[in-house]
Amino acid sequence: MTDIPAGLPAEPTASSTVGARTPWRTGLRRFRRHPLAPASVVFLLLVIVGAVFAGVISGHDPNAIDLVHARAAPSGAHWLGTDPTGRDVFSRLLHAARVSLGVGLSAAALAVVLGAVLGSLAGLLGRWVDTAVMRLADIFMSFPSLVVIVVVAGVLGPSVPTLVIAIGAFQWPTCGRIVRGVTLSLREHEYLLAARAAGAGQGWLMARHVIPAALPPICVAATFATAQAVGMEATFSFLGLGIQPPTASWGNMLTDAQSLTVIASQPWLWLSPGIAVALTVLAVNFIGDGLRDAVDPRQA
Amino acid sequence: MTEPLLRIDALTVDFPTDDGVVHAVDGVSFDVFPGEIVAVVGESGSGKSVTAMSVLRLLREPPARVSAGALTFRDRDLRAMSRAELRKVRGGPVGMIFQDPMTALNPVMTIGDQIAEAVLLHQSTRDRKAARRRAVELLRLVGVPDAEQRARQYPHEFSGGMRQRAMIAMAIANDPDLIIADEPTTALDVTIQAQVLELVRKAQRESGAATVLITHDLGVVAELADRVVVMYAGRVAETATVEDLFASPRHPYTVGLLKSLPRVDTATDELYAIPGNPPNMIAPPAGCPFHPRCPLARDRCVTDRPELREVGDGRQSACHYAEEVGP
Amino acid sequence: MGAYLVRRLATNVLVFFLITVAIFWLVHKAPGDPIAMRIPADQLNSGSAEYIAEQRHALGLDRPVFVQYWFWLTSALQGDLGYSLLNGRPVTELLGERIGPTVELMLIGLVISLLVAFPLGILAARRRNSVWDYGTAVVSLGSVSIPVFFIGLLAIYVCTLRFQWLPSAGIVDPANPGLLDSIRHLVLPAVVLGIANTGTYLRYIRGSMITELGADYVRTAEAKGASPRRVVYRHALRNSLIPVLTVIASNMGQLLAGAVVIEQVFAWPGMGQLAVSSVRQQDYSVIIGFALLVAILVLLFNLLADVLYTVVDPRVRLR
Repeated sequence: MTDIPAGLPAEPTASSTVGARTPWRTGLRRFRRHPLAPASVVFLLLVIVGAVFAGVISGHDPNAIDLVHARAAPSGAHWLGTDPTGRDVFSRLLHAARVSLGVGLSAAALAVVLGAVLGSLAGLLGRWVDTAVMRLADIFMSFPSLVVIVVVAGVLGPSVPTLVIAIGAFQWPTCGRIVRGVTLSLREHEYLLAARAAGAGQGWLMARHVIPAALPPICVAATFATAQAVGMEATFSFLGLGIQPPTASWGNMLTDAQSLTVIASQPWLWLSPGIAVALTVLAVNFIGDGLRDAVDPRQA
Repeated sequence: MTEPLLRIDALTVDFPTDDGVVHAVDGVSFDVFPGEIVAVVGESGSGKSVTAMSVLRLLREPPARVSAGALTFRDRDLRAMSRAELRKVRGGPVGMIFQDPMTALNPVMTIGDQIAEAVLLHQSTRDRKAARRRAVELLRLVGVPDAEQRARQYPHEFSGGMRQRAMIAMAIANDPDLIIADEPTTALDVTIQAQVLELVRKAQRESGAATVLITHDLGVVAELADRVVVMYAGRVAETATVEDLFASPRHPYTVGLLKSLPRVDTATDELYAIPGNPPNMIAPPAGCPFHPRCPLARDRCVTDRPELREVGDGRQSACHYAEEVGP
Repeated sequence: MGAYLVRRLATNVLVFFLITVAIFWLVHKAPGDPIAMRIPADQLNSGSAEYIAEQRHALGLDRPVFVQYWFWLTSALQGDLGYSLLNGRPVTELLGERIGPTVELMLIGLVISLLVAFPLGILAARRRNSVWDYGTAVVSLGSVSIPVFFIGLLAIYVCTLRFQWLPSAGIVDPANPGLLDSIRHLVLPAVVLGIANTGTYLRYIRGSMITELGADYVRTAEAKGASPRRVVYRHALRNSLIPVLTVIASNMGQLLAGAVVIEQVFAWPGMGQLAVSSVRQQDYSVIIGFALLVAILVLLFNLLADVLYTVVDPRVRLR
């Protein structure tokens, strides 16, 4: 028991980790404490590896038609069976991962960029610009992007850019709100500093301060946006409005499942892509949850 | 010697947090006798609000951990009561007034309905019309003009002072024997404070209820209290009648508090502040919690925790050297 | 309240016009002769050249784009959405007969969602970090993550194919119509739609209840002697409804999107199914009409959210 000299209050030594308590370490620790986030990271890495090395992992060409072996059940030759034109399902599944994840990430990126720009404009310029942007955000959030894609793809024809824009452009409000919040609160602090700096310095200061401060919650929002986007791509492609065959995406692999016979007698055709989408979206959502805990534990 | 209405003996309240356990209340004891006004004074963090909330067991347990040697009201053990019995005490024989009337009132219920609820929860009849009438009556009693109309309004339509009057109306609705007022004037403007305090005094006089008045304002104490309990770092530093306390304090902390009161009659350049900082409630100083800031501190104060002891006629102090303390 | 609503209405109207501009841009971009969308097919085929030229002039199709927009918008708002390229019928008529089943599906789905979300959300808020809380978190996450069409396929697999409990397509069995038959056909699509949306509401209800249960006025109510039930239902719930109701109203767009998907999976004859098949068959006038209708509906839902907000929150009412 150490002798506490009179006059000095005792310092609480509550830290359980030896070593620096940097924000990164604290965040990482909290992330690891989340029940499923670390496992989800592992799962997602597996999916990414599968997507990148799809050709190597599965020997089959995803578009190779083989009518002799059409609709075959899973076997040694075809791990997940074949589809109505004899293409290997497992190979298509892996190649589809590229497409679905690619669309998901691009759409999320678009959402983040749009959100950051509009959100900081709203925070910086204030008053009516702010109100206008916020109302716009309300409308975009309540508008179902499915309808937009039905209409745009219907008239102009489905395409990948349409898909990415339709999904990403409707997710910007979440990011936008975050960036706006950060900008507004920073304005309080930096205002004095900006007043002293030359007029041109203000924008630069904002860029140098707003972005680092907003980065953690933006990462969280971007993760959730990716999860949403992957799910939406699957839905749109399922309806025939997204990725067009023969390119495989998890969504359009499920289009065939609209017939009852397929659902009943060829479950491998629709269960694998469906489960792939569900698990991937769940995993990304868990990672988002974990990141959110890491960034701000009060939001349990 | 009358029996105390409220007995608090060795009350301890702990809150586990990520950084350690906060000992918010650490062995607090005092009694409240029928009809008297007892002021509980201390800085923020001294544990006075937590003590007040523990009486009616309003703290969420967990996370709070409450234990006591005794906690009785009219000789009934408050800790042993079932939830149902406790609910009969709350709002009935014991009424409570909270600090911030804006957040303490339900924003989507009319004032009248909220006061009527206090009545309905304790009468055996379910006569809502009668309860509403009583609510209007109570509003009049506490000095709200146009009581009839006001009862139909919502809290955000009332000013701060009037909201507090409404809270007082709720607390006295069922003729309580004990009123616990947790910093009732802290959130109000100074001019309104005086009015509300006057109301508290009037309510107490007319109902004969005992009152526990939690405050950090010694001016309020001087105005209203019969007896004073001074708290520091979750413990009782001193108890005395209000005259005795102001005339001859028996604890160095009380001396410090009195010295820091601004005075109009002496000319000073600087306001006095007790040196040092409030204690860390997770790891308070060993021995006497006040010793790091105490001018009388000696070796014994660092190692031995002073117990609350009699130092005069009905007075108590938790200081090893209480006899040496002077204004 | 009046001023607040008028302002919101004004912004909604403004946004509506912006949306119509976007939609008209698409009309303009649509392949083919725009006249084909505006007069019935039989007139188009049998009409003389002069007649068609007359019509073109009457519809403003020979004028600059901005004028065309105006002509198009005014006739659309009067109920003339053109004619289907496929079967020549007026688009308004087609949409009219399809809107009923969609609304039915959406409403029942919403009710089912809320019937699950409210009790679970309140329970999770009252018993934080308990089994119930984690359970509802799982339900929430599953509902939000798993695509609605996959839930639908699974439901068909289990309920129709393995257990033959319920029909999985259409709205009525022509051989056996009646109330029970309608209900049997409605169950699966509505339940799936409900499950898919439960998560969204559940999160808000739980979050909102947790906030309210931690509020000061709850402590005051307890100090008055209110029972836990009373505190939860009479005090906390009423306050938590404010944000929840607005979420419900602004989520209607998503509910509609879900309905579109469900209509495909379950061959439910609603607006959504019409829209998707119109895309397949390139029936542009129907697609455009659908877009306009949805825009109006979404904005109406938003306005409804604003009205509800003023009704439920007395603090806003008197502004």
